[in-house]
Amino acid sequence: MSKFYIVVAEVRDGKLRQVTLEALQAISLVKEDDDFVTTVILGHQIMDIAQQLSEHLNGQVYVFDHMDLKTYNAEIHFTAIKHVLNTLNPHAVFLGHTAVGRELAPMIAAYLEAGQLSDVISIEKSGAEILYTRPLYAGKAFEIKKFTDGPQVVTIRPNNIAAADTVELHAQIITKEFTPPSSLRSVVQDVIRKTSGKVDLTEAKIVVSGGRGVKSVDGFRPLQELADVLNGAVGASRGACDAGYCDYALQIGQTGKVVTPEIYIACGISGAIQHLAGMSQSRIIIAINKDPEAPIFKMADYGIVGDLFVVVPLLTEEFKKALA
Amino acid sequence: MNIYVILKQTFDTEEKIIIQDGEISDDGVKYVINPYDEYAVEEAIRLKEQHGGSITVVSIGPSRTAEALRTALALGADEAVLITEDRIGSEEFNISKVLAAYFANNQPYDLILGGNFSIDNGGGQVAIRLSQLLHIPHVSSIIKIDVSSDHAIVLRDSEGDTETVKVSLPALFTAQQGLNEPRYPSLPGIMKAKKKPFHHLSIEDLGLTSSEIIAKTERISLFLPPSRNSGQILQGELNQQVSQLVHLLKHSDVLSI
Repeated sequence: MSKFYIVVAEVRDGKLRQVTLEALQAISLVKEDDDFVTTVILGHQIMDIAQQLSEHLNGQVYVFDHMDLKTYNAEIHFTAIKHVLNTLNPHAVFLGHTAVGRELAPMIAAYLEAGQLSDVISIEKSGAEILYTRPLYAGKAFEIKKFTDGPQVVTIRPNNIAAADTVELHAQIITKEFTPPSSLRSVVQDVIRKTSGKVDLTEAKIVVSGGRGVKSVDGFRPLQELADVLNGAVGASRGACDAGYCDYALQIGQTGKVVTPEIYIACGISGAIQHLAGMSQSRIIIAINKDPEAPIFKMADYGIVGDLFVVVPLLTEEFKKALA
Repeated sequence: MNIYVILKQTFDTEEKIIIQDGEISDDGVKYVINPYDEYAVEEAIRLKEQHGGSITVVSIGPSRTAEALRTALALGADEAVLITEDRIGSEEFNISKVLAAYFANNQPYDLILGGNFSIDNGGGQVAIRLSQLLHIPHVSSIIKIDVSSDHAIVLRDSEGDTETVKVSLPALFTAQQGLNEPRYPSLPGIMKAKKKPFHHLSIEDLGLTSSEIIAKTERISLFLPPSRNSGQILQGELNQQVSQLVHLLKHSDVLSI
């Protein structure tokens, strides 16, 4: 029998997030030919994004376009999603493992009385079974799991599954009516966008990360310049965050974020186990540290022993030349 | 104000993971309160200091979990509840169901606080599932909370952006880093903790039966990531090292350059 798969799309900064296309790709890896895929997109004045999304799947795009959906509010967004869950009675719901997906997924799972596998990094079919690989202890270990009962909710870690390509037969776009809930228990009063225009840390292909060796808030400036040249994002170790050199939102590690970029440049980071858990799956690791004995060099592909305040600006200049 | 904190005991973040006989070895492991839950405990204590009331810390886990709950009592919580039940396992569906049964029997509650996620399983599901099962609003990943009589105003960290959310109480919140700086237990605190009420419950005490505990997912295998070998420490003058590095990256198959 045909089954329904749902992807809850995510719009950030007026753009479709890459992880939505990765979630679509994840479904195409596991679904049968006669299964249906529906993507739900919520926001305000998002028809062009819905259009773009429709080019990536053969199925349906449900669009909830309403003033009240402009700013993300779990309660309001979930009202719309619940409506879709009731209509489609899905076999599985896929989301990105992002600030939004991490919040909506358990709401959906509780509503469907479903199991949920969070932060999935790869999916494969093995005979009749679908195997999901996910990290434990932020990537110090991994487990392979399967669903054993009932509907399924899955969140996909950004940057790990290839994004769905465009398809020949575009999805049908269906505009859905949306009536906001009459009374709200939670109201988003204000949003301060600090990350606008910046590359998202978990989705960045290149991460330039600073530790205690960065020494101050200003010390992060050369790192930001290098990240800008490489179209990357800036991260930090717990040491740098605890010392107040940067926002906790930048922290990479077992507490904080896990990143898996193509290139990870660790500047003035010694390499505590708790930090390594958050970045050891990066493709290429580069370490810059004054201390030749720093543990980070034991796992780096390339190491430069030297003062980051000398090395990082040199690197920025050299990359500028190379990329020119 | 009745404040509840749901917490989990986890490995210390500096622990290495060793797999033995297909399971993660807990031999000689140091346990802590899950760091995100520790922020929740700290915030509960600060809210109590400000507004009065009582703090109950609730956990599900094996008997060693009592140690984490005692630490929370030593920090300033008033009462501890440990639900021990082998059949529950780590399935978030079940944990949230058992907690929901506990809260159904323990009203009223004004605030339920938990961590953003646990550093071991990292599912980030239990607290939010619980808010749904209790039909109360929630805000995840908070970095500040101000409580008034019938509502709270919180700041939510959304991948670096900050949202201000007003929520009616009762409500559930999950703590993000930056919410506070947790205190250490004091010696008098540790002494006092020994006399505080500590309840051990089974799922039957909560009106559940084992037939209601259903595994939705199953682990098939467990593995460690391939270990990374140390690579190349570049040599020569710093500017030569830097040119060499950029050259190496340009000629690697890294897509983004």
